Amino acid sequence: MRKIRYLLMRRFTQIGILILYFGANAYGWTILQGNLSASLLFETVPLADPFALLQMLFAGAVLATDVIVGALIMALFYAVIGGRAFCSWVCPINMVTDLANWLRRKLGISDVQKRVYMSRNVRYWVMVMALLLSAAMGLAAFELISPIAMAHRGIAFGMGFGVGALVIIFLFDLFVHENAWCGYVCPLGGFYSILGKFSLFRVKHDAEACTLCMKCKEVCPEKEVLFMIGKNSGSVLMGACTNCARCIEVCDDDALDFSIRSQLEKTIEQTKEKA
Amino acid sequence: MKKELPNDRRKFILSMARGVGLSAMGALIWSAYVDEVKAAPLILRPPGALDEPDFLKTCIKCGLCVEACPYDTLILAQPGDNNPIGTPFFVPRDVPCYMCDDIPCVPVCPTGALVQDSVTSEIEGELTWDITKMDMGLAVVDAESCIAFWGIQCDACYRACPLMDVAISLQYDKNERTGKHAFLKPVVHADACTGCGLCERACVTKKAAIYVLPNEVALGEVGDHYIKGWDKADEARLKDAKGETTVTDRSNRSAVDSLNDAEDLY
Repeated sequence: MRKIRYLLMRRFTQIGILILYFGANAYGWTILQGNLSASLLFETVPLADPFALLQMLFAGAVLATDVIVGALIMALFYAVIGGRAFCSWVCPINMVTDLANWLRRKLGISDVQKRVYMSRNVRYWVMVMALLLSAAMGLAAFELISPIAMAHRGIAFGMGFGVGALVIIFLFDLFVHENAWCGYVCPLGGFYSILGKFSLFRVKHDAEACTLCMKCKEVCPEKEVLFMIGKNSGSVLMGACTNCARCIEVCDDDALDFSIRSQLEKTIEQTKEKA
Repeated sequence: MKKELPNDRRKFILSMARGVGLSAMGALIWSAYVDEVKAAPLILRPPGALDEPDFLKTCIKCGLCVEACPYDTLILAQPGDNNPIGTPFFVPRDVPCYMCDDIPCVPVCPTGALVQDSVTSEIEGELTWDITKMDMGLAVVDAESCIAFWGIQCDACYRACPLMDVAISLQYDKNERTGKHAFLKPVVHADACTGCGLCERACVTKKAAIYVLPNEVALGEVGDHYIKGWDKADEARLKDAKGETTVTDRSNRSAVDSLNDAEDLY
């Protein structure tokens, strides 16, 4: 259990949120209505996807206050607390790509496959392109092709051919490139990487306890963020870290754990230094 | 070192060109797809919806209106429906809009894609929901397949209409074929029809002979050339009327000169 405690928690939030959305449409539950694009919590608190809102603003939409407040709430939550946690704790596509990458490891596909070079920065380019195309076409461009939206909307309101999009992502991750969608292409992941760069909830590494087994790097979907492993202690500060805690689970030496304080301390130190 | 310099520059330029090229490729595929899927001229939107281009801009595809609808009239477009993915619409022949008095689908919209003002009226100084102001589309009768136009008595659509005698009325005409019967022809009045589709749902023919189309499809536009001179309100359009003059070779000369010139005749 200890080895999968965070995995269970992540699946619990991911699936729990989807069940609430499904129940809202199918049985009229009023805990969490709508979907991940925009929802209503307990029939009072509006919540909204800040990246969808940004695209709509680029498209030139005049928006009501509800959705703006909702997007601000979510943006604040991820900016201050969660970081890029949306990707591994909420996004339904995470389950598809985790399955593909688990299968990839089991089958050893990465060992036989010739590495295709792809830049991690592709997602930022796609993000910028989504905003520019939204402005040019006069509607939220990524929302019309987003497999994430197709998945959570599909589960609450009917999937249609949306299953095809999930299969594409699955095959893409399984056969084209490791973590191809979430780690390289997805503009929403890029958006949250930037938004959550300075969040307080961080993985912290203790280099003293590390035995350099490198299991964490093997399992990490964003390996670059763990560059300090075994070299120096400190928080994982790169925005690309999704706080998925796979590195924490896999570590046999307690060299990795979540920490809010270390980040806080560091900021306090920095402000002191400046003063 | 001297040899490496142009190589680096070449690498840099090539990688830049590659980035630009790939971005252009992606943008073209993406925009072509978006342009294709946003075109759905026959889609019927929920009550109070903005004009289609603005609606597509403003709708965040959350489905709160769908959940608010007590009759399951509204559905979100799924991939494969050939409608803009995730946006709400309804198919009146399956489930029409039952025109709730309190219009629950409109106030839940978080973005303002469904506009409250467009479906409220001020009655005795108080803002009140007014579903009769709704304008989702226009019912159109196909006189060929409507059996009332054959002379068979059927007033299903007329009786199904929530605005009976206002949005659909019956026109009595003499049936010359039999000489002793009357046609009871349904006539839709565009200014009152809300596009709810209850008539389309009620129609008895195999495929509905009365059906709702979006206003942009169902309605023509007169333009500035014709104005009802007997109608004060319509005459006001004259103020903003724009003339249109075509210029051809003949316009170079005055009309009188052109008419008096008989040269061409000989």
